[in-house]
Amino acid sequence: MDQDIIIAAENLGKKYIIGHQQNERYNALRDVLARTFKNLVRSARDMIQGKALVAGDELEEFWALREINFAIRRGEVVGIIGRNGAGKSTLLKVLSRITEPSEGRVTLRGRVASLLEVGTGFHPELTGRENIFLNGAILGMTRAEIKQKFDEIVDFAGVEKFLDTPVKRYSSGMYVRLAFAVAAHLEPEILVVDEVLAVGDAEFQKKCLGKMKDVAGHGRTVLFVSHNMAAIQHLCDSAILLEKGTMIQKGYVQDVVAHYLSNRVHAQSVRIDLSQFDRIGKGEWKFQEFCITNDRGEITHPVVGGPCKFIMTVRGPKGKKGCFRAELLLSNALGTPLILFASDVAVRENLWLENPYHKLICHVDRLPLSEGQYLVTLHLGVDNVMQDRLQESFSIEVAPASYYGTSRNLPERWQGKTVLVDHHWTIEKYEPSSLESRSNISIQSPITDGFGEVG
Amino acid sequence: MPSERVLILEPGRAERHYWRDLWHYRELFIILAWRDVAVRYKQTVIGVLWALLQPFFSMVVLTVIFGKLAKLPADGETPYAVMVYAGMLPWQLFSGILNSASNSLIGNANLISKVYFPRLIIPLSSAVVTLVDFGISFFILAGLMLWYGFLPSWQILFLPLFILFAIAASLGPALWITALNIKYRDFRYVIPFLIQLGLYVSPVGFSSSIIPEQWRLLYSLNPVVGIIDGFRWCLLGGESELYLPGFLMSFGIVAFFLWYGISYFRKTEKTFADLV
Repeated sequence: MDQDIIIAAENLGKKYIIGHQQNERYNALRDVLARTFKNLVRSARDMIQGKALVAGDELEEFWALREINFAIRRGEVVGIIGRNGAGKSTLLKVLSRITEPSEGRVTLRGRVASLLEVGTGFHPELTGRENIFLNGAILGMTRAEIKQKFDEIVDFAGVEKFLDTPVKRYSSGMYVRLAFAVAAHLEPEILVVDEVLAVGDAEFQKKCLGKMKDVAGHGRTVLFVSHNMAAIQHLCDSAILLEKGTMIQKGYVQDVVAHYLSNRVHAQSVRIDLSQFDRIGKGEWKFQEFCITNDRGEITHPVVGGPCKFIMTVRGPKGKKGCFRAELLLSNALGTPLILFASDVAVRENLWLENPYHKLICHVDRLPLSEGQYLVTLHLGVDNVMQDRLQESFSIEVAPASYYGTSRNLPERWQGKTVLVDHHWTIEKYEPSSLESRSNISIQSPITDGFGEVG
Repeated sequence: MPSERVLILEPGRAERHYWRDLWHYRELFIILAWRDVAVRYKQTVIGVLWALLQPFFSMVVLTVIFGKLAKLPADGETPYAVMVYAGMLPWQLFSGILNSASNSLIGNANLISKVYFPRLIIPLSSAVVTLVDFGISFFILAGLMLWYGFLPSWQILFLPLFILFAIAASLGPALWITALNIKYRDFRYVIPFLIQLGLYVSPVGFSSSIIPEQWRLLYSLNPVVGIIDGFRWCLLGGESELYLPGFLMSFGIVAFFLWYGISYFRKTEKTFADLV
C-alpha cells in the first residue's frame, strides 16, 4: 500500500440493533401484563444466549455506516459533514477505536488521538492542575509530555490564578477553555475531532480555530466534524459528505460544502418544526417552531423589501424565569452571515421569559434581502447560559419583489449575496477648477455592472 | 517511517498486542488510580480515618457476636479479636475489589464512550483504592497485636503471596461481573447482596476449624475460605492451621475464575462503547 496513505477505509460498515415500541391503542391492564411477560421471557432468553438487551417490541437492524471507502493522505485535513444522524460521529468512533466496525476494515498508520468531547474525564472535585494531568493522560499524552507543555496549556487557557481551585468552582467558560487547552496540545499523527469548537465564547473559538490550523499545518492528519461550514472551509482541504450512513461525496472542500448546502432542507412549508434538527445548548428552553408572517398576519414566504415578522415559539421549564437574549442570523447559501437580529442589541430593557410557552417575535419593517435561499441560525441564551442553538439548520426562501420600487432587481449573480440598503442617488455638475466643492455623491451599494463576477 | 505501527480495525479481530498495549497505557492506569484515591478523600472530614474505622467496628461487632455471645472457639491461643481482624482484612480486600471493580465500567461510562484505551485499565485501577484502604487498615492489626502482646512468627513472610492471591480471587469474578453489568444492569443489585451474604458464609467472624471435618472440602469451594485461612496462617503463626486440600481447591477455583474473567472481559470489551 502507498506509504503516504495514513487512513484507509475499505467497505466500512457499522450496524446497531434498535428496538421499536409498539403503539397499541388500548392499553388495558391485560395487554400490558401480557406484553411485560413476553418481554421478560425474551430478555431472559437473550441473557442466556449472551445477547445484548434492547428495549422495545420489534427489533430492527440499523446501519449507521455502510460501504464507506476512502483514503486519506498524511497531512491532509479532512472535514466530515452531513446532517444529524448521517453517521459522522459513528465514523469518528470507529476510527478512534472506541467501537468496532461490523464489516469492512480500516488501516491506520500512526497514533490516533480522539477529541470527541471537550473535557472528557474531567473530575469536578479535582483542581485545574490535577485535571490537566488527568485529562492529558486520558487523551493519550505521557506524563513527561504534559509536564513539558504544562505552562503552555495554562497560558492558552488563561487560568493561572485558579490552578489550585477545584474545577467545580470554575465558570463554564473557564472550564471549557481549560479542557480545550489540554486537547489543543495533543500531538498525535492522526487527530480526530468532533464538534468541539461550538463551545466557548467567540474570541476563544477563534483562538481554537487558529490552534487547530496550527496543528494541521505541522503535517498532522486531522479529521474534523462540524456543522459550522465557515470553520470547515477555513480549516480543511478536502471534505467527506455523509448522508444516512453512506458516503455521498469526497473531494475539495469548496465543492463538497456547496453540494451539501444546496441539499439543505428548504422551507417547503412556511411553518418549520424545529424539533427535528441538530442543536447544542443546555436545552431547558428550546425553540419549537419557526414561521414568518406578513403584515396581514398570514404565514408565508417573506418578500423582498416587504414587512415581515419572524416568529419563534419557545418552550421552557415550569416555574423558572430568566432574562433572555435571542439571535436570528441569516446567512447566504455559502454560509456567509448577512444579517444578525439580536434582541439585546435592538431593545434597551431586559426581556424576560416567565412562562413555559412564549412566542419571540422579531419585527422587520423592510426586509433587506434579495430573492433567494437563506440559511437560518437561531440562538437563545437565558441568564447568559446558552440554552439552544440551531446552526444553519434550515433555509428560508425570500420571494421576489422590487426593493427600490423600480421594478428592477439585482443582477442574478448578486442575488442572495448582499443585503439591500435604502439609499438614493443624485447628480450634480461640477467645475473642473473647484474639485473640493463636490458633495452628495454617495455610492453605498455595489449595484453597478462594473463590479465584475463574484463567488 | 518504517518503525511506524500499522493498525488494522476489523470486526472480530483479536488484538495481537493486547498485553503490550496494556503496558503502554500504564500511565493512564496510574493516573486513574490516583484520581480514585484522591477523590475518595476530598471533602471528607476525617479522610483516611474512614479506612480505619470501618474494619475496626466490624471487628468489634463480629467479636462480640461470635466470640462473646455465641462463644465460638478461637484458633489455639489467639485472642478472638485478633483472629477476627486477621480474617476481616482479606475479606475487606476481597469484597472491596469485587464491589468497586464490578461497578467501575458503569461509573466510567463517559470515558468508555469517548476515548479508546484497553478497558481492563478501569477495573484494575479502581481496585487500587481498596488496596490503599487495605494498607491503612493494617495499622489496626499491628495495634491489636501489640495490645494483646501477640507476635507473628516466620509465616508472615508468606503474606505478600496471599495478598496477591486475594487480589486474583476478587479480580476474576469482578472482571466477569463488570462486563456483564454493562450489558445487564441487574448485576448491580446482585453484588451488594452477594457481599452481605458472603460475610456470614465465609469464616470472617469465626474460625474455619469449627466446620465438621467431612464438610470441610465442600466448604472450601468458597475461595474466600482459602484466602482467610491463608491470612490467618501467616499472621497468627502456628496457632491457625492451614487445611491443605481445601486450600488447593480454592487455588484451583481462583485460577479458573481469573482466567474466565479475563477472557470474558476481552471477548466483550469491544462492544462496551455500544452498550453504555
